[in-house]
This record gives sequence, C-alpha cells and structure tokens, in this order.
Amino acid sequence: MGLALDIAVTHIRSRLRQTLVGVLGVATGVGFSVMMASLMEGSQRDFVAQLVDSLPHITISDERRTPPVQPASLLYDDVEISNLSTQDRRRGIKNPLAVISELESWAPAKVAPSVRANILLRQAGRDVGAVMLGIDPRREVLVSNIATKMIEGQLDNLLKASNAVILGARLADRLGVRVGNTITISSSGGKTMTATAVGIFRTGVAQVDDSQIYALTRSAQILAGQTGLINELRLKATDALGARELATRIEAETGYKSVSWQEAHEDLLNAFNIRNFIMYAVVGAILLVASFGTYNIISTITHEKTRDIAIMKSLGLRANLVRRIFVIEALIIGLIGMGAGFLLGFLMTKGLGAVEFKSPFGDATRLPVIYEPLHYALAGSIALAASLIAAWLPARKAASVNPVDIIRGAS
Amino acid sequence: MSAPPTPLIEARGVTRVLAGEIDTTLVAGIDLAIGPGEFVAITGPSGSGKSSLMYLLGLLDSPTTGEILVEGRPTARMPEDDKARLRLETLGFVFQFHFLLAEFSALDNVMLPMRALEKLSENEMRARGLDILARLGLKDHAHKRPDQLSGGQRQRVAIARALANNPKVILADEPTGNLDTASTEQVFDIIKTLVGEGGRSVIIVTHDPHLARRASRRLHVVDGRLAPVPED
Ligand SMILES: Nc1ncnc2c1ncn2[C@@H]1O[C@H](COP(=O)(O)OP(=O)(O)OP(=O)(O)O)[C@@H](O)[C@H]1O
Ligand SMILES: [Mg+2]
Repeated sequence: MGLALDIAVTHIRSRLRQTLVGVLGVATGVGFSVMMASLMEGSQRDFVAQLVDSLPHITISDERRTPPVQPASLLYDDVEISNLSTQDRRRGIKNPLAVISELESWAPAKVAPSVRANILLRQAGRDVGAVMLGIDPRREVLVSNIATKMIEGQLDNLLKASNAVILGARLADRLGVRVGNTITISSSGGKTMTATAVGIFRTGVAQVDDSQIYALTRSAQILAGQTGLINELRLKATDALGARELATRIEAETGYKSVSWQEAHEDLLNAFNIRNFIMYAVVGAILLVASFGTYNIISTITHEKTRDIAIMKSLGLRANLVRRIFVIEALIIGLIGMGAGFLLGFLMTKGLGAVEFKSPFGDATRLPVIYEPLHYALAGSIALAASLIAAWLPARKAASVNPVDIIRGAS
Repeated sequence: MSAPPTPLIEARGVTRVLAGEIDTTLVAGIDLAIGPGEFVAITGPSGSGKSSLMYLLGLLDSPTTGEILVEGRPTARMPEDDKARLRLETLGFVFQFHFLLAEFSALDNVMLPMRALEKLSENEMRARGLDILARLGLKDHAHKRPDQLSGGQRQRVAIARALANNPKVILADEPTGNLDTASTEQVFDIIKTLVGEGGRSVIIVTHDPHLARRASRRLHVVDGRLAPVPED
C-alpha cells in the first residue's frame, strides 16, 4: 500500500494544475449537491412544519366517505329507484361532548370542537367568500397555535364583544378591514349577521390567511341556522407524523370521516416527492459530470505514464499494484474534492440562508436551509464512488500494459 | 563426479514469432543454459534478435514454442504474478535506455524494487540503497532526480536498481550503447565486478567486440538463431 500511495502522491504532486481541476470538479459537484439538498429539504421541512403547526393534525367532520344508504334501497333490493326524495340527515356530529371525552380517553391527542361554515363577507360593497370557524377560544389553544399568530388584537377578544370575529391578514387586506370595523356576514343558508373585527392573524400559510375567519361557536351556529351544531372536531396529536394512522383509527372507532393533515395535503406531499426525485436526478447528474473530470485526469496520467508503468512491470511490480496506484490517485482527488466540496456546500448554504427572500408558500423572509449530515454523507459517498468507478477503467488498462511492447518501441 | 549445478537460466527450443500481417520470427530454436557465476556476452548484427532473446530470458516476453526455466523452474504456464515475482527477486534488468522514473530521486528509484518486495524495513532499504549507490560512485547523487544526472550516472543508477534485490542474474541489453568511451569503460567495469557475487551471472548484449571479448563466454546471434562466434 505504501509504495502505491507514494507513487500516486508523486504523480499527483507533479500535476498540480490538472489535479486542481479534478478537485474543483468534485468540489463543485459535492458543494452544489449539498447546497441544493439543504435548500430543497429545508424549504420542504419548513413548509411542513408551518403546515403542521398552523393546521389541525386531524379534522373529524360530520361527513361520510360514502353517501349514506337510503332507506328505500334497503327495502327494495336491486330495484331502480327514481324520483324518490332522499332522507335528510341532521347535520353535525352527534353528541359531540361524548365523542370528545371518548377520544380524549384513548387517543394521544388534544381535541377541540368547532363549527365550520362557508360564509360571504361583505364590506363596502365587496363580497368575499370565506370559511368561518366557530371555536371556543379556551379549547382552541389546545389544538392550534392561532393565539400566537395574532398580529393585532388577541384571540380572547372573541369573548369580549358580541359577534366578534378575527380575520386572516390577507383577507383583511383584501377587504380593507381593520380592527374595530364592522362587517356583514351572510351564510349559505341565507342568515345574515353584523360582526365586529376584533383581531387579525397571520399564520404564514397563504391559503389560511386568505380565507379563514374565527368566531365564537355560538355565532357560527347562528349563521349555520342550527343551535348546538358541532360539525367538526380538530385534533392536535402528540406525534404529528403519526397523524395518518391515528386518523384511520379514529374513523374506524367513531364512524366519522377523519382526515389527517397528510391526507389533506396529499397532492402537496406528492409534489414534494417529485421535487425530491428531480433533486436527486440533478445531484446525480452534477456528480456524474464531476466524475468525468476525474476520469479524464486519470486516463491522461495513465497515458503519460505508460512508459513508467512498463518499467515498473518489467521490474516485477504486480499488475494489481499498478492498478492500485491510479485508483488511489482518483481517491485522493475524490477525497480532497469531497472535503473542499463540504466546505463549499456549507458556505453556500450559509450564504443562501442569510439571503432575504420571499418563499412562494408563505411570507418567510429567509430561505429555510438546513444542515443535515446525511446530505454530506450522501454527496460525499456518491462522489467517492463515482471517482473510483471513473478511475477503474483507465487503471485496469494501465495495469494490463505489456512492458515488452513499450520497451521494444523505446530502445 | 558431482552433478553439474542447476543452470540459473535455461532455454529449451525457444522460438518467438510475432504475429501480425506478416509474422515476424524474432528468435528461433534457441537452446542455451547459463550457470552460476558466468559472464556471458551476446553479440550479433543489428536486428538479429539479441534484445528479443533477452526479453525471453528475462521473462518479459513468452516464447511461442519452447520453454524458459529459471533455476530449474519451467515458466511457460506460470501465472503472470509469479513471473513478476521472479523478475523482482531473481532477475535484474539494465536497458540501453536508463528507464528511471523521472519524478523520483536516484535513491527512490533504487529502493523501488525493494519496496515492491517488502522484505526489508524502510530504514534497511534506505541503507542498502545508499550502499549500492555509493559502491557505484553515486554517493553524492542519491537525492538527485534522473534529469539532474549525466548519461553515465543515470546508467549506473539503473544498474544500482537492478541490484536492489540482490538478483542471481543481471540481464543488460546494450547498457553502454548510449554512452561515451569513458563512461562505457566505467559502466562495463562496474558490471564486470558484479559477476560471481553469491554466484551471480551477468548476461550482456553489446555491439562492441572488445567488450565482448572481456566476458567469460560469448554467444552470437544471427537472424534469430545462435551462430558460431566470428573470429575478430
Ligand atoms: N514490434 C515489432 N514488430 C515487428 N518486428 C519487430 C518488432 N520488434 C522487433 N522486431 C523485429 O525483430 C527483429 C529482432 O529485433 P531485436 O530488437 O531483437 O534485434 P536486436 O538484435 O536487439 O537489434 P539491435 O542490435 O538493433 O538492438 C528485428 O528484425 C526487428 O525488426
Ligand atoms: Mg536490441
């Protein structure tokens, strides 16, 4: 090993410029891979964290996954039923308090009841559709962090005025509503109410800030036209990532449709997967290109050193040792490149993390980057493996040089 | 009568044909045996196949037919690595061109075969390398690279390298071919002193009949075959 290493180091030392080019190739590959991964995964995690933070982990609603079976079809099997008026179901979750206390008894989660109603906000002749959540501010803090997202007023202000509402910042902007203003709210059922804005929140999730308003349960029930209505239970699970499994279980136990945040944002998570796939493809391509540089250098060296190889083999150095020389050279270039790439990647990530930016998903002011050892390990080992593979062909060719062919030609 | 000692190198009916558009016969029907302590000079016209014969005797090339034996061991079916091992341990080469590694010092070049053999410690190798270089009058040049040495000095470094693992046989193919008269004398004298050390044999190819005459035995090659040595 010592001899092969010595010869490899000597070769590399006498070709500093070429070596530097190779090292730079690998370093750039590793650096950009690390930076890209940290940015991609950083933004993803940041977004998911915001999502998980500001939305309930599980929403139990009074809907069913399949339409209810109509009594007629139970009575008349295989008969076509037409023009039969369907039996209306009473809206809402039946006996919500019992459901809540049952859930609290076994599920590792906090539960809060609410009323969800689609409404129309009217202000200065403008109509804007929105979703009203009727909540109990004292329970709400168990399941959402809305209380910490208030930029004007407080969540408890809901209790201090009659028909008080709190609006998302973007919605308030659109309507031109400020705290203290009066707005007219009408429900899809035709009920109308005059409400006072007592606060404004900003979660950072554009969709929420743009379309959500909070009110007391009672106000929402009035608008929905059904006293005592609770049509939604929202849960904050102890383990946000286990929400999907928990939701399935809750649905099985209660019979109510339970949607985890993962299910609600399936398309988004799929988009992340596609994004990650693209990222890995690009990272792979970068590192592949970097390994072309290494291949180029090693095959140049083996060409230039054909005579030396012949000499060494004629002296009795084994083919294996000759091969090792060039593999070590690639490994040295790969290792130095990897180290430099780690540094480059870290510095670029740091630089990016310092840049003020507007994230497309919310109003984050800095690019959310992360420092994940796994990214470094991955980029590094791919780069090293690529260097080794790149060296393998020229090294094998070098080792198979027949010394006599070269010596015959040279003397 | 004791049995004659096993030859260090023996060729039995060795023929080497280089395949190509037209097959070239490099050497044909060579039979010879070189015993311990011999100093053999090979002469012959240019292109007669002297170098080709040396490559075969030195296990750098393989006969098309026939067999080369080193210390009695047949080599025709020997794996490449074993032949390399024999070259490393038992045979030492000196070529017309020095073939030193340009990026290494004289000492490092001499130590290269020792390091490949891995029998001595680093310090022992260094000491032995310096010893050999000193013996060849290169004491002060051990740390110079080949391009800082004269032609004669380089050739002496090449001889030192051939001696690195104390081989039983030295094969020198026109080692003085590129040297002036003074250097030729010096290098030839050095080679002559190597003969017989521990039973070592030296085979030298030369164009110069005067040098050839100073060997203990002469072989003459014409058209790839051994021929009677001309009277000169
Ligand atoms: N690679 C080759 N392809 C074809 N013919 C070759 C090749 N190498 C050598 N020969 C031929 O083989 C013959 C023997 O060559 P060799 O080098 O052994 O001769 P030599 O006696 O050493 O000559 P010199 O005294 O000039 O060194 C020559 O006729 C040469 O032309
Ligand atoms: Mg020749």
